[in-house]
Amino acid sequence: MNIVVNNKWIGQRTIRPDGVDKVTGRAAFAADTAMPGMIWGKVLRSPHPHARIRGIDISKAERLPGVKAVVTSRDVVDFPLDKSVMLGIQDMRWMCRNVMARDKALFPGHPVAAVAATTEAIAARACELIEVDYEVQPFSIEIDDAIKPDAPILHELNKFEGKPSNIVGQLEHKKGDIEAGFKQADVIIERTFTTRPVHQGYIEPHACLISVTADGKTTIWSSSQGQFMVRAMTSMLTGIPQSDIRAIPAEIGGGFGGKTIVYLEPLATLLAKKSGRPVKMVMTREEVMRATGPTSGSKSTVKIGAKKDGTIVAAQGTFYLQAGAFPGSPIRGAAGCSFAPYDIANVLSVGYDVCSNRSKVAAYRAPGAPIGAYAVECVLDEVAESLNMDPLDFRLKNAAKQGTKAAHGPVFPRIGYIETLEAAKNSPHYSTPTGKLQGRGVASGFWFNAGGESSAQVNITEDGNVVVTTGHPDIGGSRAGIANVCAELLGIDYRRVSVIIGDTQTVGFSNLTGGSRVLFASSMVVTQATEKVINTLRERAAKVWEIDPEAVKWENGAAHPASPNAGQFEPLTLEDLAEKAPQQGGPIGAGVQLNTQGADGGFGTHICDVEVDIELGIARVIKYTAVQDVGRAVHPGYVEGQLQGGVAQGIGWALNEEYIYRSDGKVDNPGFLDYRMPVCSDLPMLDTILVEVPNPKHPQGVKGVGEVPLVPVMAAVANAIYRATGKRFYALPMSPPKVLEGLQEPVQQAAE
Amino acid sequence: MAKLHVSTTVNGEPLEFLCEPYETMLDTLRNQLALTGSKEGCASGDCGACSITLDDRLVCSCLMLAAEAEGHEIRTIEGMARGGRLHPLQEKFLEQAALQCGICTSGMLVASEALLAKNPEPSEEEVRFWLAGNLCRCTGYDKIVRAVLETAAEIREAAQ
Repeated sequence: MNIVVNNKWIGQRTIRPDGVDKVTGRAAFAADTAMPGMIWGKVLRSPHPHARIRGIDISKAERLPGVKAVVTSRDVVDFPLDKSVMLGIQDMRWMCRNVMARDKALFPGHPVAAVAATTEAIAARACELIEVDYEVQPFSIEIDDAIKPDAPILHELNKFEGKPSNIVGQLEHKKGDIEAGFKQADVIIERTFTTRPVHQGYIEPHACLISVTADGKTTIWSSSQGQFMVRAMTSMLTGIPQSDIRAIPAEIGGGFGGKTIVYLEPLATLLAKKSGRPVKMVMTREEVMRATGPTSGSKSTVKIGAKKDGTIVAAQGTFYLQAGAFPGSPIRGAAGCSFAPYDIANVLSVGYDVCSNRSKVAAYRAPGAPIGAYAVECVLDEVAESLNMDPLDFRLKNAAKQGTKAAHGPVFPRIGYIETLEAAKNSPHYSTPTGKLQGRGVASGFWFNAGGESSAQVNITEDGNVVVTTGHPDIGGSRAGIANVCAELLGIDYRRVSVIIGDTQTVGFSNLTGGSRVLFASSMVVTQATEKVINTLRERAAKVWEIDPEAVKWENGAAHPASPNAGQFEPLTLEDLAEKAPQQGGPIGAGVQLNTQGADGGFGTHICDVEVDIELGIARVIKYTAVQDVGRAVHPGYVEGQLQGGVAQGIGWALNEEYIYRSDGKVDNPGFLDYRMPVCSDLPMLDTILVEVPNPKHPQGVKGVGEVPLVPVMAAVANAIYRATGKRFYALPMSPPKVLEGLQEPVQQAAE
Repeated sequence: MAKLHVSTTVNGEPLEFLCEPYETMLDTLRNQLALTGSKEGCASGDCGACSITLDDRLVCSCLMLAAEAEGHEIRTIEGMARGGRLHPLQEKFLEQAALQCGICTSGMLVASEALLAKNPEPSEEEVRFWLAGNLCRCTGYDKIVRAVLETAAEIREAAQ
């Protein structure tokens, strides 16, 4: 189409468009905005894990001087239990009850009322004056307790095998004949694993500032993984039409899936509407830990059979995931992703979604996949060991490739899994010797990746520069990738491209920042919009030169005659054409809105070295290499960053992080001191190897990269601890007390 | 109880404010002085997103009372770039992609500057232990540690 690219910016480590704001403290995150007349909102939360709400008396709170509004579930739009209303993957029946308990409080921290007052202190005092009449019920938190026949039922309406149950969903992937498969096996290993709930751990607590005018026009400043999700959910839960809600995406201080649903926005909107004042709400860290996220705790059983030559003949997995108060565990990720890296003839993978009295699960980086991969990749390590095979060779022998039919459905196109295994095997890391009480583990992982709806507008400014507007909150540097793509196509310096995130009323619908979809989808729409702009520029030049637009090519930021036959003309630059625009047909710009397709899955292979202090039980990661097929690294710095960040989260999940519950059902460690995420001194440098097998269905070859890096980590760490100590651990986290306890049993040092 | 009157210096400029006796320095910076670069991630001194310096000593402003600023000198992230010129640490963080979401960045930079003021030639281990009070959930710290080490080396080189 007569656009010549010189590959000048794709793959460059450019400076991100929002960078200076973020290193100078100017970037406005959700809690950084204020408005004249603003008041403060606070939430009253249930202290009980399970209680019927017989009544709420707000009269004393309303009389407290300074209180401007009180809301309860009566003010929130009800979605009756007998009819499912879906918004994306969220069911509004559960969402309306999660933002504000209706008949029952289902976890400690469940909102039961909200107050807005002139100061935070008055709002907090008013919450104490609200009288809630609770009828306390028995509760269960752990999966085993929640699926017992006599377990207290959270949602009576739900039936499993004909009876009320906390098993609220089931998913099965089947391929071949599992029993016949196991009959062919020379080696069969079956193990059961457990993982604890872990929080996404974003450093920025949820926050919003909301103004509702007398005519119902609503403006929301909040940090989320999707301003359109915020608008839609707030609209559905408050009854205000979407056209009246302008959701402005603040800079977001981390999400990792945990900001793909609303918590505060509908409440602040109702409080703002009732009080007539702008309302700001900011969660405390304790509220974040008690009432948002975390991911599921789990119990998985995995059985794998292989022949002596290393061929896996059958694989079976059963994954129970804890949904928390409302249905919605990521069983699709656990059951669907865990066997996907392998070409196995017979597979049966089943997931169960289990409700229990803890906060509603929220997405966390490759939701479900790390839980499944932890179990599968640990069993694979044992099978390889029993066959006396190198764990990477064993994976290479069974690796999925182009044409492999995955148990979850698709036949893989050209994928780069084998390349990640080969790169891991050939890496200097893999051949470095390990020392005493050190061990090396490997593991692989898969994530579906995602496409979906995205919109972009590319406008040429009057002085011949460029403004790109997209609809996805940028959490990890996606604006830098977009600037690279647009500058590449236009053939101009990337610093001439300004990239901004539009609000819901200024840019077309764009789905969530999540699922590893943003750069895949947004660079696709930005590419198409930029190509439209370039076609306009070629037409304008053709008009000046009085030749056919097809005889004009675009290269290095200017229109040129496509060939000597087209005539001899001086190039017309972007600035020249922008200057002439008013006389030649008007403003230059184009918008594109697409339901993007072609997001192929992503694969990674990780190598982890640990050293174990057998006196203290401390396992320390001393060297780590993450290899991943990233399609095309549009901005390698931020691609590496995705890998490194995912690995750090996985190391936390493997070694330290867990929700600890007290006997009364409350979380006992709702802060960063006791919920211990990796700090700088816990980690080594995290090496990355970017394998680039371009995605043929994407203009730049992009594949999603954000989720995969978390998937293999826990298994890689567990397998490394085994090599270091001779002890296999089947439960996460492998924290010092648990490692120490495990090592009390006779320690058998693995061969060095 | 009546509000307290405080005279202090913030980022080199003398200023006065009134605060509640129980008000934290972080709340005063953010809510009264419009210096929202310091962030609240935990309010318990565990995340370091609110890091500032008090007379060149690195502190969590969420653990300091605003009244304690009386007669002292406060520096925040907003005072790090001088006259529109970024500090070498700020430049290096941008070059090295040492931030993703950016919520911890203010605190990381303030803490890193305080480290280099004390120790112009830190080892990787010293950087890691100094920054152990600043949580980052996005980067795995790799690029942050590299950025600090490289900046330190460049500052030393330039001084020679």
